[in-house]
Amino acid sequence: MRRQFARSAHEVLNLNKEAIVLLGDIGVFGFREAMQDHPNRVLNIGILEQSTISLAAGLSIEGMIPIVHTIAPFMVERALEQIKIDFGYQRLRGNLVSVGGSLDYAALGCTHHCPGDVSALLSIPNVEIAIPGTAAEFEQLFMSEFDNTNVTYYRLSEIENSRSQSVKLGQANLVKSGSQATVVCVGPTLDMTLKAVENFDVSVIYLTSIRPFDYALVRQASRHGRVLVVEPFYEGTLSFEVTTALSGRPSVISSVGIPRSFRSEYGTREEHYAAIDFSSNRIVAELEKLLVGS
Amino acid sequence: MAEIDRLRREIVIASARAGEGHIPSALSILDILWIEYSVIMANQRARHEEIDRFVLSKGHGSLALYVVLSEIGVIDKSELSSFGQFDSRLGGHPDRLKIPGVEASTGSLGHGMPIAAGIALAKQIQGSEGRVVVLIGDGEANEGTIWETALIAAHRQLTNLVCVVDYNHSTDRALLVGSIADKFAAFDWNVLEIDGHNRYEIEESLSRKATTRPLAIIANTIKGKGVKAMENNPAWHHAAPKGDEVENLLGDN
Repeated sequence: MRRQFARSAHEVLNLNKEAIVLLGDIGVFGFREAMQDHPNRVLNIGILEQSTISLAAGLSIEGMIPIVHTIAPFMVERALEQIKIDFGYQRLRGNLVSVGGSLDYAALGCTHHCPGDVSALLSIPNVEIAIPGTAAEFEQLFMSEFDNTNVTYYRLSEIENSRSQSVKLGQANLVKSGSQATVVCVGPTLDMTLKAVENFDVSVIYLTSIRPFDYALVRQASRHGRVLVVEPFYEGTLSFEVTTALSGRPSVISSVGIPRSFRSEYGTREEHYAAIDFSSNRIVAELEKLLVGS
Repeated sequence: MAEIDRLRREIVIASARAGEGHIPSALSILDILWIEYSVIMANQRARHEEIDRFVLSKGHGSLALYVVLSEIGVIDKSELSSFGQFDSRLGGHPDRLKIPGVEASTGSLGHGMPIAAGIALAKQIQGSEGRVVVLIGDGEANEGTIWETALIAAHRQLTNLVCVVDYNHSTDRALLVGSIADKFAAFDWNVLEIDGHNRYEIEESLSRKATTRPLAIIANTIKGKGVKAMENNPAWHHAAPKGDEVENLLGDN
């Protein structure tokens, strides 16, 4: 997915002379060709995330299209106020592309874990959030939205689904229809979700666009009011969106996500997922609980 | 200067009417803003040069910006009386989406300077003329982003960026910043030190031609300048006078 980002960004730089990439001293090797072709518009700006976001806002004021790339906790949590005021409140366009969301940088420890980026960004009005599940989906989303009028956060993931969907910002995909419950899953959790629901009569809604959120599809597919959210970040992050989608309708909502606690272990993402039981089996167990008495 | 006396009076009256505002912070920068807008930008306009983009990074000095913008006709004088009201364009901190000529919405300290550097960087990349002038405070220079931006601006040779530091010593009681001139020089900026209330020194420093480095103008100022009871008196930092105090404050100069 990250290689696709470098390719897509290179293409955008070729197409649009207002586009500019700011790297937080990461991913520089992947951008070497783009840097050769556009030395003035691919800048390794340094390790100063707060100023980088504000600087990007200044570029945006002048009509440029900034594409900022660094590691999720430093871009989102360290520079949250810059995203809030300089892009959100000032209504400037730009692209924030992260790696290392949730537990993708497991071995680097808690300073580099970031299961809180999406809930932090949801606290800021106007920030769009895209979480593609494959490289091809990133390309679809990014190439159609990079020059839109908002600030858009793209969360790149290390794991990808085996098949790509046709995706669009603001639209969710109904990938399976059923009558007993709805499973709403996000980006790279689609494979794990589809595996879990094989023997259930449930709908599966696939989200690559967290904001704008497709309230209509979630509402339409959830007349029974039973929704399980599979979210690859802090559990409960999407509860406001889902309750809003179901407003006025008696409903039961549960979540399979990353528990809200600091994780002091290292190792691999898979080891962490096993330790917190972020798995297909857990989805099965939660679905069974949700369907009791239905 | 008669204009300065009038603008100072307008600041105090607008604040008293609103029961809001940072008067001493506005008075500290009033001379600088007035010269920048009424002399420097006016000269650029007359010579058909690109006009400076001005970013008030210490946004709480907004009253100074508003009275200067009203004096040059960007906003109407009558609008000053709306300062701080619910639906006014003129808030406690300036908003770029409301007032023409406000380049960045500031208020949280340490944002305006990197935004200004971004505007300057865009101009450099696009090969467009003109400078960006950003005004920060010494209290604001506590923020790390000021020094992050000082690094970036020097490294990227943003020769079109001018940073004016309103050095009124307001945060000496919290954290001594020491020689801001030495610090900017150490970050490889050109540095000038001036009396921030001397119109000739302000005009001369803001008229300097660009060199190979960004320019920092360290303006030594008095917080509350021109209203004796407020000068260097922290009690007035975020306090508005009562209506009947206004004439005493203004008369006592």
